[in-house]
Amino acid sequence: MTTQAFQRIYTKLQQITKATVTVQATGVGYDELAMVAGRLAQVVKIMGDMVTLQIFSGTENIGTDAEVVFMGKPPVLKVGEQLAGRFFNAFGEPIDGGPEVEGLEMEIGGPSVNPVRRMQPSELITTGIAGIDLNNTLVTGQKIPFFADPDQPYNQVMALVALRAKADKIILGGMGLSNDDYLYYKNAFENAGVLDRIISFVNTTENPPVERLLVPNMCLTAAEYFAVEKNEKVLVLLTDMTLFCDALSIVSNRMDQIPSKDSMPGSLYSDLARIYEKAVQFPEGGSITIVAVTTLSGGDITHAIPDNTGYITEGQLFLRRDTDISKVIVDPFRSLSRLKQLVIGKKNRADHPQVMNTAIRLYADAANAKTKMENGFDLTDYDERVLSFAKEYSDKLLAIDVNLDTDAMMDTTWVLFKKYFSKAEVGIKEEFMKIHWKD
Amino acid sequence: MTKGIVKGIIANLVLIEVDGPVSQNEICYIRLGETDLMAEVIKVVKNTAYTQVFESTRGLKPGDTAEFTNHMLEVKLGPGMLSKNYDGLQNDLNKMEGIFLKRGEYTDPLDADVKWQFKPLAKAGDKVEAGDWLGEVPESWIAHKIMVPFSFSGSFTIKSIVGEGQYTVNDTIAVLSDVDGNEVNVTMVQNWAVKLPIKTYKEKPRPFRLMETGVRTIDTLNPIVEGGTGFIPGPFGCGKTVLQHAISQNADADLIIVAACGERANEVVELFVEFPVLDDPRTGRKLMERTIIICNTSNMPVAAREASVYTAMTIAEYYRSMGLKVLLLADSTSRWAQALREMSNRMEELPGPDAFPMDLPAIISNFYSRSGYVVLNNGKTGSITFIGTVSPAGGNLKEPVTESTKKAARCFYALSQQRADSKRYPAVDPIDSYSKYLEYDEVIESLNKLISPTWVDDVTLAKDILLRGRESYEQINILGDDGVPLSYHDKYWKSELIDRIILQQDGFDKIDKSTPMDRQRYMLELILKICRTEFHFEVFEEIMPYFIKMVNLCKQMNYSEFQSPDFKKFESELDTVVAERRVK
Repeated sequence: MTTQAFQRIYTKLQQITKATVTVQATGVGYDELAMVAGRLAQVVKIMGDMVTLQIFSGTENIGTDAEVVFMGKPPVLKVGEQLAGRFFNAFGEPIDGGPEVEGLEMEIGGPSVNPVRRMQPSELITTGIAGIDLNNTLVTGQKIPFFADPDQPYNQVMALVALRAKADKIILGGMGLSNDDYLYYKNAFENAGVLDRIISFVNTTENPPVERLLVPNMCLTAAEYFAVEKNEKVLVLLTDMTLFCDALSIVSNRMDQIPSKDSMPGSLYSDLARIYEKAVQFPEGGSITIVAVTTLSGGDITHAIPDNTGYITEGQLFLRRDTDISKVIVDPFRSLSRLKQLVIGKKNRADHPQVMNTAIRLYADAANAKTKMENGFDLTDYDERVLSFAKEYSDKLLAIDVNLDTDAMMDTTWVLFKKYFSKAEVGIKEEFMKIHWKD
Repeated sequence: MTKGIVKGIIANLVLIEVDGPVSQNEICYIRLGETDLMAEVIKVVKNTAYTQVFESTRGLKPGDTAEFTNHMLEVKLGPGMLSKNYDGLQNDLNKMEGIFLKRGEYTDPLDADVKWQFKPLAKAGDKVEAGDWLGEVPESWIAHKIMVPFSFSGSFTIKSIVGEGQYTVNDTIAVLSDVDGNEVNVTMVQNWAVKLPIKTYKEKPRPFRLMETGVRTIDTLNPIVEGGTGFIPGPFGCGKTVLQHAISQNADADLIIVAACGERANEVVELFVEFPVLDDPRTGRKLMERTIIICNTSNMPVAAREASVYTAMTIAEYYRSMGLKVLLLADSTSRWAQALREMSNRMEELPGPDAFPMDLPAIISNFYSRSGYVVLNNGKTGSITFIGTVSPAGGNLKEPVTESTKKAARCFYALSQQRADSKRYPAVDPIDSYSKYLEYDEVIESLNKLISPTWVDDVTLAKDILLRGRESYEQINILGDDGVPLSYHDKYWKSELIDRIILQQDGFDKIDKSTPMDRQRYMLELILKICRTEFHFEVFEEIMPYFIKMVNLCKQMNYSEFQSPDFKKFESELDTVVAERRVK
């Protein structure tokens, strides 16, 4: 971000708070970017000739005589094929030591898609994780978060999804990532040799929190370029949206806004919706799918952040440690993909819905049997069998380290059905039994 | 015309210094480069108008100019609205070019070129006033009435009226003269400010006639009436939108207006995709032919979200004035309330509970009161039945939007997380929900006349059984299966029978998804007969399997064509099962 000739420079700051400065200036547009003492800032309020700027990296050590240079344009990202394989900061500047990207400048946070031009999501995206592909199938154009406690390995799961997902481009938005996690992602992508289809925008905990606010829009602007211009299937991974919301609340607090529930700004729903609703299936074949992480505090989903998220997203995924197999699984009970019925059994094998529902029903029976066991009741033969089934089902399918294609997941489930149950206990339609119940 | 200059910008709140008079809620256009951004005055201090802009204000500068229009936010009413997809400001979304919505692009809600077959209903010399029918044109299957504009006050005489023939919406179809002899031309189009109710009716009596929705837990247990109001609160994942979609597909209304207000775009896409192919169960026409969708999804500008519910209500009032039965659905009114909160916040008003504006309850009840059953000046009747959803934060019903709505709406359909978790759909809680209409004498009388002489008593009995069942269930849970008398199990399972057969309904089954009233009566009477029957059991273990057997048979009946051989076969099997343990 360099300054150009003929730009007016203002040097008398009228007010400085922790995140904003106010300067007397004219001819400034709303949302416009500026440099304040070499730091990037954006116009958030104009009152007459008083212009309030939010400084992304904070106002530490800024003096009342700091130089303010207005750039005459809102935040932009240069987009092009060269984005692929690169790591950027929240401003879209390379942080991997590579050259600047040349390309078309696109405004970030641009307009929304006309709802009548949207297509109904109808293509599935596979990740190799059975807890997702089999039980909570993702569909292009969907938006879905992981609701995870901070101690759960959500970053590993996100990395797995990024490595395995059958998408043309994967865009990672890291907000408040610890430096260790950033390096983890970087190594994982480099080692897997998939860098050419991954683009990352990263704000680490070492960067100021307010910078995070740009990350989702940077990711989605890049995503729109690939989905609209190149008709590609783009998967956007955002971690962690709770830290994004925290940054929102910091800014609204500095702007003296009245907080609503859980000290979050009153506009939280709209702010989140503007990001998540960028998920779309375009008529020309391109799509943007968003998988996000929302960390919870003590599993509380009534907190304003997961609550508002839940009203926006199309389902949610929960992780859980299964102590029987000491692995992390995708919780089959609490997780839900609202769009899965648009594709399962229609775009893939017809037995998918029945296999999925039956396995989950049996898994629920196992949970009941387990409660029975823990309460010291006698177990029936059926109880014993569902317990063994559940353990093997967890181990061979639900565990996140399992990597299978969807047909193989269904075949494995059929094998387990056969191994532990009678035809009547499984109770799947005869037409599927004929094909898949191998005597 | 008053003009103004932009002085301040905070997100979509723009302060404009004006050179003349402005009024509250007046619309102005702010010039930004080549486009005009629509904005509404929401506060005036001396010569500064505070306006909320219906678009993004990115790039707007102090010194930019604005022009005031001298009218409030209006919709354009006339034939051609049916089957259209509008945004919150009544722009025809299908007429917009490109994939992305462009700032400042406003499209015509009506089709100026289409010719309509006009048939006069009044003749020269007739005395008329606002809302009176001058003629009609066929709009899809509706006889769309062309009315004396609602804004005309006083009495008018028809000077001339065109004969039957083809006219566009902008052609003059009648010339009226007022008492002083001033002549005015009337076309098929009229404008109306959305924030003002259309009141060109004679009276608004208490509603009394049942509005069938095909959803049993509503129609049987807590019915809504034509011209009634109801709301559906529930945490996410409980099926609010699914329930509203079910109502929109099956309800016995002439016209359905869906206001998708601040919700998921993919859900609206579902309506766009399904409604043109799904059949209206009553008429066999496509659902889209009786539907207007007002769509302001969550990512569209916030101020327009607030306008969208008013736009929908005004269009509903327009069609009500033609003597039609209109059903208005809004999903979700919480998003509208949040839009109000965002603005009130930017204006630095003192906040009420949860930072919502203090007048939220008044705004909500004002809005709900615009629905209702009316007698028009010509003696015909029309109605707007309004059902809104509420998305309570954290699923907690003690929050301002739910509480304010509870004061305004007469039916309350509480969705319960617990029922949703145990897959008891629709997840309407039978004990917490209520319909105030069941207390209206005229409703009781009408229901008993329409359905059966003992209907309301039957419904009350069913509710009692459900309540007793829940109490018994709690006792069984505390004291254990064998710690309670057998009658507790019996009570619990009788309530389960009502729950599983009457309340639960399979929205994906082509027969079960919508139940006509005569079938609802038949099933309720059948189930109540079983509930009144005294059964004999030796031990509690016998009770559950016995009732499960009955539940399964009744379910099969629900899935079968009414009174078909299958239906009758299951019913006679059921009779046999009931006889097994009936105490003679």
